[in-house]
Amino acid sequence: MAKPAAIVGQIVLYGAFAAFIGYFSTAPTYKQIADDVALIKLSMSHLGGRECRKRSPEELAKLPPNMRAPLECPRGRSDIKLQVELDGRPLFETVMHPTGLSRDGVSTVYKRFEVKAGTYQLGVKMNDNLVNPGFNFVKEAQVTLKPAQVLVIDFNPDKGGLFFQ
Amino acid sequence: MHEVLRGNAQILFERIENFFDGYFGGADNPLRHLGALGLYFLWILVATGLYLYTVLDTSIEGVYSSIGWLSREQWYLGGVLRSLHRYAADAFMLAMMLHLVREWAYGRYYGFRLYSWVTGVPLVWLAYVSGIGGYWIVWDRLAQFSAIATTELLDWLPFFNEPTARNFLAPGSINDRFFTVLIFIHIGVPLMLILGLWAHVNRISRVDYLPSRRLMLASMAGFLALAALKPALSDAPADLATVASGLRLDWFILFLHPLTDLTSPAAVWTLIFGATLLLFALPLLPHPAAQPIAVVDAANCNGCARCHADCPYEAVTMAPHPDKPGHQIAIVDPDLCASCGICAGSCPSSTPFRSQQTLVTGIDMPQQGVDGLRQQLEAQLANLRGATKLVVFGCDRGADVRRLASADTAALSLLCTGMLPPSFVEYALRSGADGVLVSGCRDGGCEFRLGMEWTRERLARSREPHLRDLVPLDRLQLVAASRREGKRLAAAVSEFRTQLETQSDTARPPAYSRRKTYHG
Repeated sequence: MAKPAAIVGQIVLYGAFAAFIGYFSTAPTYKQIADDVALIKLSMSHLGGRECRKRSPEELAKLPPNMRAPLECPRGRSDIKLQVELDGRPLFETVMHPTGLSRDGVSTVYKRFEVKAGTYQLGVKMNDNLVNPGFNFVKEAQVTLKPAQVLVIDFNPDKGGLFFQ
Repeated sequence: MHEVLRGNAQILFERIENFFDGYFGGADNPLRHLGALGLYFLWILVATGLYLYTVLDTSIEGVYSSIGWLSREQWYLGGVLRSLHRYAADAFMLAMMLHLVREWAYGRYYGFRLYSWVTGVPLVWLAYVSGIGGYWIVWDRLAQFSAIATTELLDWLPFFNEPTARNFLAPGSINDRFFTVLIFIHIGVPLMLILGLWAHVNRISRVDYLPSRRLMLASMAGFLALAALKPALSDAPADLATVASGLRLDWFILFLHPLTDLTSPAAVWTLIFGATLLLFALPLLPHPAAQPIAVVDAANCNGCARCHADCPYEAVTMAPHPDKPGHQIAIVDPDLCASCGICAGSCPSSTPFRSQQTLVTGIDMPQQGVDGLRQQLEAQLANLRGATKLVVFGCDRGADVRRLASADTAALSLLCTGMLPPSFVEYALRSGADGVLVSGCRDGGCEFRLGMEWTRERLARSREPHLRDLVPLDRLQLVAASRREGKRLAAAVSEFRTQLETQSDTARPPAYSRRKTYHG
């Protein structure tokens, strides 16, 4: 090929390469959610309860002195039952299982829910020891979600249990 | 099915490469040097990354502002280097994936190439881990999106006790140490990548660590133009209280995130692990049987080490000769030998002028020995008729020279053009041929990497064993023609014949007849 034609061809091809790299490095733009949508993130990591039994004085006496713990607790943890309601309608329901081979680890959940921006009545109920009936943690509140807002439903015993953030 | 797909991909690559050759030439054709090009982009990444690291403040507040400062206040240096870092990373991903697909298309994933193939697959993972982690460091909206999307994807795997995405749940979830760890990962993983690359090229000799100077300058000019026209900039600062939207996504590196949204984490992991397993399993699919490897004849090996120097795959090593004290002998590693015959072409014993009835050379190919080549050449020369007799040597992997055989043209196809000892050119001319045409793959397109390069140098008398001075170079033509360029080769042969017929006064080397000499 004649040299000028080759040079022009090279410029065009290198230009196309640069344009390809330049374009796809930032475009097309990506929208993960629609403009009028907010996100509710349900994320918890919590140790389920366990039923401990009080040892009798006779039982304690049979144990070596350094092992006389007043309570005998099983290693495994209870499943955790969780319900989320939005405006009184069920949004999500699950039973979280303890992690670990001996079921002695935390129970976790991580879910995302896309909802239209607006005001909602949000309710969360949790039972972290299924030996007991009902729900021992309940949180209800009216929330106003702006477009693209992230509302987190979490649990922290130090913060009083269930909380919205 | 797979072979049809691969064959079509090979044809597509060949066509595009041949098209590019018209503008770039083989030495500067980016498609023929994707591995070297990728390495060059990696060196740009390392060099620019070192500078970016020196100015980075790894606190939550500082990480965003320190990088933003580069683009705003120091746009002439830090901003340009940041842009180079971004665009070289994208180009690296592109070159790497094209390199992988091209090697597959050419069927370079089994036999002696198995090691390079297998060691190359994990590098794709390391490259993407480095690339995705790099985007997090900026800690802008894009980083936030990628961090959450990646951890949500990771959480699908049953490895983590707690969801890792909880680390990015709300403002205040992360602390300064996160970025310190991130920096270590973003430096550590590329270091592993470089180590992996060393292993990847470990079994080949004369590695192209860098492409041609022209290719480097041109691609750098492209990056600099991009840095000037479209500098890499941060998005708004990360805000975990809102969803990052309208993102200027880097599709070369972050395409997995939209793909996950479009499908599911399960589908994406199936794709990732499936593709990885498929790449590892490709060598197990049916493929052509391995060819016999080079064989050394101890009595004829003088330990000159030319085969050791010329082997493209470091398959030939030298060891003390068992029968000749003080001499060395070539040893062929069966795992590394590509069966290309380049060693036979480099052996000084591979000369057809030797008077032995049966030509035994120092290192030879069982499937196409030098003796057989001499017999074939002599037989075809004896049958040549016509005013201008030509001998065409070609390559099994390039344009098929056998189709050119005719009354006035002898055609011999070799395992690789690099297998041709230059003395065969002289032998053909002195045995009655009016001209010799040597055909091989295009520059940068040699199936065995260096065959055409060594042939060119040997015939140009700049590499041993070289063509002797008594051979007039105007009776020799070297033509590069790839597998699907038979017509181009035929035209070159025709043109060469015309050229020989019109130049009547060219010198001829003295005639020679081995049989006369041997018997006489």
